[in-house]
Amino acid sequence: MSTKGKVIGVVANMVTLKVDGPVGQNEICFIDLKGEKLMAEVIKITGDAVAVQVFESTRGLYVGCEATFEDRMLEVTLGPGMLSKIYDGLQNDLEKMEGVFLKRGDYTYALDADKKWDFKPFVAVGDEIESGAWLGEVLEGWLPHRIMAPFNLKGTAKVTSIVAEGSYLSSDTIAVITTADGESLSLTMEMKWPVKKEIRAYKHKPRPFKLFETGVRTLDTLNPIAEGGTGFTPGPFGAGKTVLQHALAKNAEADIIVMVACGERANEVVEIFHEFPELIDPRSGRTLMERTVIIANTSNMPVAAREASVYTGMTIAEYYRSMGLKVLLLADSTSRWAQALREMSNRMEELPGQDAFPMDLSAIIANFYSRAGFVELNNGKTGSITFLGSVSPAGGNLKEPVTESTQKASRCFYSLDQGRADSKRYPSIHPLDSYSKYSEYPEVMEYLNSRLQPNWSDMIVEMKDILLRGKEAKDQINILGDDSVPVEYHVIYNKSEVIDSSILQQDAFDAIDSSCPMERQQYMTNIVMDICGHSFDFSGYEEIGGYFRKINNIIRQMNYQEFKSEKFLSLEKELAALVDEKKIDLTAAERRADELLELVEERSAERVAQ
Amino acid sequence: MNTKAFQKIYTKIENITKATCTIHAEGVANEEMAYVDGRPAQVVKIKGKEVTLQVFTGTAGIKTNSEVVFTGKAPTIKLSDDLRGRFFNAYGDPIDGGAPVEGREVEIGGPSVNPVRRQQPSQFIPTGIAGIDLNNTLVTGQKIPFFADPDQPFNQVMADVALRAEADMIILGGMGLSNDDYLYYKARFDNAGALDRIISFINTTDDAPVERLLVPDMALTTAEYFAVEKQMKVLVLLTDVTLYADALAIVSNRMDQIPSKDSMPGSLYSDLAKIYEKAVQFPDGGSITIIAVTTLSGGDITHAIPDNTGYITEGQLYLRRDSDIGKVIVDPFRSLSRLKQLVIGKVTREDHPQVMNTCVRLYADAANAKTKQENGFDLSDYDERCISYASEYARELLAIDIDINAVKMLDTAWDILGKYFKPEEVGMKQSLMDTYWKGN
Ligand SMILES: Nc1ncnc2c1ncn2[C@@H]1O[C@H](COP(=O)(O)OP(=O)(O)OP(=O)(O)O)[C@@H](O)[C@H]1O
Ligand SMILES: [Mg+2]
Repeated sequence: MSTKGKVIGVVANMVTLKVDGPVGQNEICFIDLKGEKLMAEVIKITGDAVAVQVFESTRGLYVGCEATFEDRMLEVTLGPGMLSKIYDGLQNDLEKMEGVFLKRGDYTYALDADKKWDFKPFVAVGDEIESGAWLGEVLEGWLPHRIMAPFNLKGTAKVTSIVAEGSYLSSDTIAVITTADGESLSLTMEMKWPVKKEIRAYKHKPRPFKLFETGVRTLDTLNPIAEGGTGFTPGPFGAGKTVLQHALAKNAEADIIVMVACGERANEVVEIFHEFPELIDPRSGRTLMERTVIIANTSNMPVAAREASVYTGMTIAEYYRSMGLKVLLLADSTSRWAQALREMSNRMEELPGQDAFPMDLSAIIANFYSRAGFVELNNGKTGSITFLGSVSPAGGNLKEPVTESTQKASRCFYSLDQGRADSKRYPSIHPLDSYSKYSEYPEVMEYLNSRLQPNWSDMIVEMKDILLRGKEAKDQINILGDDSVPVEYHVIYNKSEVIDSSILQQDAFDAIDSSCPMERQQYMTNIVMDICGHSFDFSGYEEIGGYFRKINNIIRQMNYQEFKSEKFLSLEKELAALVDEKKIDLTAAERRADELLELVEERSAERVAQ
Repeated sequence: MNTKAFQKIYTKIENITKATCTIHAEGVANEEMAYVDGRPAQVVKIKGKEVTLQVFTGTAGIKTNSEVVFTGKAPTIKLSDDLRGRFFNAYGDPIDGGAPVEGREVEIGGPSVNPVRRQQPSQFIPTGIAGIDLNNTLVTGQKIPFFADPDQPFNQVMADVALRAEADMIILGGMGLSNDDYLYYKARFDNAGALDRIISFINTTDDAPVERLLVPDMALTTAEYFAVEKQMKVLVLLTDVTLYADALAIVSNRMDQIPSKDSMPGSLYSDLAKIYEKAVQFPDGGSITIIAVTTLSGGDITHAIPDNTGYITEGQLYLRRDSDIGKVIVDPFRSLSRLKQLVIGKVTREDHPQVMNTCVRLYADAANAKTKQENGFDLSDYDERCISYASEYARELLAIDIDINAVKMLDTAWDILGKYFKPEEVGMKQSLMDTYWKGN
């Protein structure tokens, strides 16, 4: 008999129930409000008084309303049919809901109950299987969707029966297995899994080593994220976090994209599901929607469900990872999730940490980020979840608990800069403040050098060096004036501007420039670094700006052209001619002398500045 | 307020604080409306038999034996076509001397639109103000605030926008509006002969601050009625949301909640999002567009109110006094319309996006040049040209007194660019340069 409860208190979405039997922490219950069933999760137990957070508006709730406990935690239903779906934070299929407005207590099935899937078995009676073993597959649209053994299976189990190849509902029994304890389990193509628990049906999680191509130059070229890696993008409002996430969802080389709109604008989600069914993924030739699962828990949807939404997204990503797929999980914005935690914690009158966030915020965030990763499955295949979360720091100030906790948990840090956004230098990721820990991994460097070119890593270090020196030169120019600094300062500054304008900046709304494959990035990087490697013959600082503006203009035009098209190549020729006009070829000895001179000048400038 | 037979009446108040009172009652629902000694109040907390009521006008003078009457329902409004042209207070009672409006009674602050039923906003809202239409184009279904210092003419600009926007219905939600500003709006709408497409819910500075918490929901529930049932293009004006948030802080403080940044409640983001997310493009043509005012204190946009607002709305508009031209302009740097992508270059002319970006980029170059100038450095020829360009750009396009159509704005921009710059300095796509470039 399931445990029952009765409402004895209500404050906003926290409700206290008096219960008549056992309940578990995080157990789900439904409160009956005159026939409307409101889903809620246990967050605190004090004797027979149980505090629950309700995933719906509590308007109209009164003392005495009855609740029924479910003897399960918040879970998702996993199986074929999730691709292209738009769910809320609790995995309700939003398409299946009737009417323009959401109705309280309307919960819809996550999969397609009536759809038959053509199942092909991989195992035979008598086979031994482990957790997550691939028992067979169905075609989910284009995707060979593996039907897997339960993820919580302990040890090995034996297949006692398996259905023949044929057409089945996802709820039909397709296999029966006997567990190590001798228990017999009937398996369907569906599985339930509690969202707050990682799916650990893999052998191990090695360090990520491969480049995860996003098509965004300032990431891939400058601060690459690895496949199975984690990154986050803090930035003030309007800095470009969402545009960047959408760009990744469109262009990243992933098999599956799971996008979590966590407490953000509904119109942004609308943009996705209006565009994605139309846009073609150049790698597969299919529409983007066919590889995408959307969790839309927008800011006006209940706060508790918002907290759940990131976990729902992660669990779905883990499910696909277990099929040996490369999954990209995007969450916009994890700050809203942290705020949901704060709202509940405050209502429970817990001792607050900094900025009234819960004390264990760091641990919660770290735990979540650790669920991403590159894994080797029990069957030797690999799969990955690359995770990128956006963070919305209060007041745009990175010294706040969510940003700081996330920085500890995440390996890549892409700081979106207000100044760059203001001057429309998009994407506004700051090239110097940002970092990728993966660029320092020897295995990642090796991978890049062997995939692209032997000196790639060195070249990128040099590129960052020019950006840094360009910035320093600019500071000096601003302090001392154009004509009081050596001409070389203007040159180095303008070289850094070439990198900025042609590599860092990228037009997310241009059909061609928005996505830049690695091959093209490499090509352009070589062109730009070649220019930066030259010395130039300028008579005074006055001609430098104009000359480099011409260079930048040509490269920008190149970025807008089809790669290696006629127009592209003719611009490239034009560029080469322009560079030839002013460059001077130095012998190695001259260059060394030059560098030495530069160093001396810099030192003396520093002294002046002091 | 006439008491009706089914209503529960209590006469023993256990506890009274500045804003709330607590009684022992049964069968009371969360968020239910009640009257305490005739004053409107709402249930904010239930703990067993103890029911805590927030009294909107404050509790001064309430006695332990005052009468408490529960209405059995959350706050409601009666919806019908008769709302047109009328002025109401935060409870939806007329303040224009007219009779109460009859209609279908619905609870305010109803459910959200299912995201998958939303349409993508796609209708350009021309305002004639180039600082908005050219650089920060507005779209139906959008939500956007003015970030303005209290002394800036935001009410004027709002009224201009409202009257020029070709909306089918304008709903004004005034929160902490000064009586003068209230009369200003009334006069502007009246003079424009637009009163029959305007409905106002007004909480002035004379009214209790906590009452204004009802204003946005009153305005937006009314907006939903006209947008959904009459498929109208509804424009909702909310001014001043900062004062709304201040009222939220007062309430949460009195409920002993732990404040987060700037003494604001931890739920500020969700509270504001619930309002702004009512902006929507409905599937069958109706829409709700929200234009709001968030006043800043000392221009500080890192304060929790503008900060949270910025994270919720689809952009923001800044007004700034440009001392070069001696006029108020729409600041092109910090202002942003997030939805402009949906219409610029599509509904408007193809060159719109690039013209907009180029103009702003060069305006930024001018700002750098000015800094140089202020620091006493020599200016290059390019710097000089940028500075001259900037003041013409500000005067002809950014000033709030501009009233021209979108094509004229683009043509003006090309004129100004051609006057001061060389083709390679503007860095635009060659195909656009071939068609539109007016310089040498
Ligand atoms: N790569 C880009 N190219 C061109 N424009 C961009 C780019 N990135 C951002 N923008 C511009 O900046 C605006 C704001 O970007 P975005 O919505 O991504 O900000 P955000 O950081 O997500 O803000 P919020 O925190 O408020 O959600 C966009 O509407 C667009 O105009
Ligand atoms: Mg965003």
